[in-house]
Amino acid sequence: MTEYQRILSDLYEGLTSLTKGRFEIDENTELTGSLNLDSLQIMELVLDVEDHFDISIPVSVLPDVKTVKDLAIQIEKLTRGEG
Amino acid sequence: MSIFSKFKTLAAGRRELDELGIDPFDVQIDRIISPTEGIIHGRHTILAGTNNYLGLTFDPECIAAARLALEHEGTGTTGSRMANGSYSGHRKLEQELAGFYGKRDGIVFSTGYLANLGMLSTLAGSDDMVLLDADCHASIYDGCRLGGAKTIRFRHNNAEDLAKRMRRLGERAENTLIIVEGLYSMLGDHALLKEIVDVKKEYGGYLLVDEAHSLGVLGERGSGLAEELGLLDDVDFIVGTFSKSLGGAGGFCVSDHAELDLIRYSSRPYIFTASPSPATIATTRQALRTLSAGSHLRKRLHDNAKRLHAGLNALGYTLGAQPSPVVAVVFEGKIEALQFWNDLLELGVYVNLMFPPATPNGSFLIRCSVSAAHTPEQIDTICEAFAKLRVTA
Repeated sequence: MTEYQRILSDLYEGLTSLTKGRFEIDENTELTGSLNLDSLQIMELVLDVEDHFDISIPVSVLPDVKTVKDLAIQIEKLTRGEG
Repeated sequence: MSIFSKFKTLAAGRRELDELGIDPFDVQIDRIISPTEGIIHGRHTILAGTNNYLGLTFDPECIAAARLALEHEGTGTTGSRMANGSYSGHRKLEQELAGFYGKRDGIVFSTGYLANLGMLSTLAGSDDMVLLDADCHASIYDGCRLGGAKTIRFRHNNAEDLAKRMRRLGERAENTLIIVEGLYSMLGDHALLKEIVDVKKEYGGYLLVDEAHSLGVLGERGSGLAEELGLLDDVDFIVGTFSKSLGGAGGFCVSDHAELDLIRYSSRPYIFTASPSPATIATTRQALRTLSAGSHLRKRLHDNAKRLHAGLNALGYTLGAQPSPVVAVVFEGKIEALQFWNDLLELGVYVNLMFPPATPNGSFLIRCSVSAAHTPEQIDTICEAFAKLRVTA
C-alpha cells in the first residue's frame, strides 16, 4: 500500500465514522456537496486530521480542498514536509 | 454563472427571514434615549445587546470633551496620519494607553477591526507561523489572511492542544505568534491565559491577546484579563477597541517591543485609512480617564451580570458560560432562536441573535450584554421577559 493509499484509507474510515455511514465515500466525494459537512464540521475535521497524521494544516489551504482526494493530496504533501 | 451566483445561499436565507417577517440583522433604533434605552418599532425598549459595558456613551464628561474637540479641532482629519499628519490627541492617546498598560508604546487604529487587521497583517508575514484559538474573532482571521502567515488553529481554550501544535512546529515554534482573546464575545468565557503563557514559556514564541471585550471589564485597574491574572509582562502585544467599554470608535495595540513603531510604516490598514476624528479621540481619552479613576462602574457591571445570569439560570435556560457581562442563552434550532429573539423585542428587550459560523459548536445564541448603566430594575425586567417566554414556550 502506498503512502497516498494509506492516507485515503484512514480518511475513508474517519469520514464514514463522522457521517455515521450514511454515504458511500470515494476519492471524488465532495466534503460539502456530497457529505453535507458545514464549515464548522470541516474545521473540526481538520483538527482531527492534524492530530491523526501529526501534521499542521494551514487554514489557507482549506479553500482549495473540495474533495477527499484534495484533502489526501494536501496531507501527503504535509507529511513529506512540503507544506 | 454570474458574479452574483455566490449570493444564492445568502439570498435563500434572506427570503426565509422575509417569510418569517423577522430580521435580527437590520434593526433600526428610531431614537436612542440613554446607554440602556431606545425606541424600536415605536416601543420603549431596554437595550441589552450593545456591548456598552460601562455605559459611557452618554457620560457628560465624555460628551463635553467631544464638544470641545469639535469646536476647536473640527469634524474630521480628512485623511491618514501618514499623509495628513497626526493631531496632538492621536499621539497623546497612544502614550496614555501605553501608560495604562505599563507598556513601552502604543498605536491607535481607526477601528477595532482595523487594529487586528493592521497589527496581524504586518507582524505575521508569509514566512511566519500563527497559532490562534479556533474561536478567535473574524478580524483576527482576516488579519492573518491579509499578511499571508501560515495560520494554524488550536482547539478553543485548550492549552494542551496548543502545546501539541507548538511541538509539531519544532524549531519554528520560537518565532510563532500565538493569538487568544481575553474574553470571548460569543459565550462570554475567559481565556485560560495562565496555561497559555506556560506553553509560550516552554516552547517560545510571541503572545498577542485581544482584550476587546475585557478592557474596562476585568482587572483591578480595568485593563483586562492579563492584568487580572498578573500576566501583563508575559504578553507581547495587547490589542483592544474603543467601541465597547470606552463608548467611542477605534482600536489600539500596546507593546514593549521597540519595533511596534515600525508597524506604522508598513501596516496598510494604518497607512491607507483616515485617522480617528478629534471628537472620537477626545471622548476616548476622557473615557480612559474615567475608567482608570475607579472601579465603581466595574463593580456595578459585575453586580448586574451576576443578577442577569442568576435570573436566567433560575429559569432553567442553558447558558454559555459563568457569569460575565456577556450572558449567552444557547438554542438548538434556528427558527426557535429567531422567534424567541423577536418575541423578546416585542416585550421591549433588545438583545443580539448569533448564528453559525460566527458561533461555537454550530449553536444559535441569544446574547445579552450587560451594562453598568442598567438599573437592577431593568435587569429584573429582562428576566421577566425571559420568564414569560419560558412559560409560553
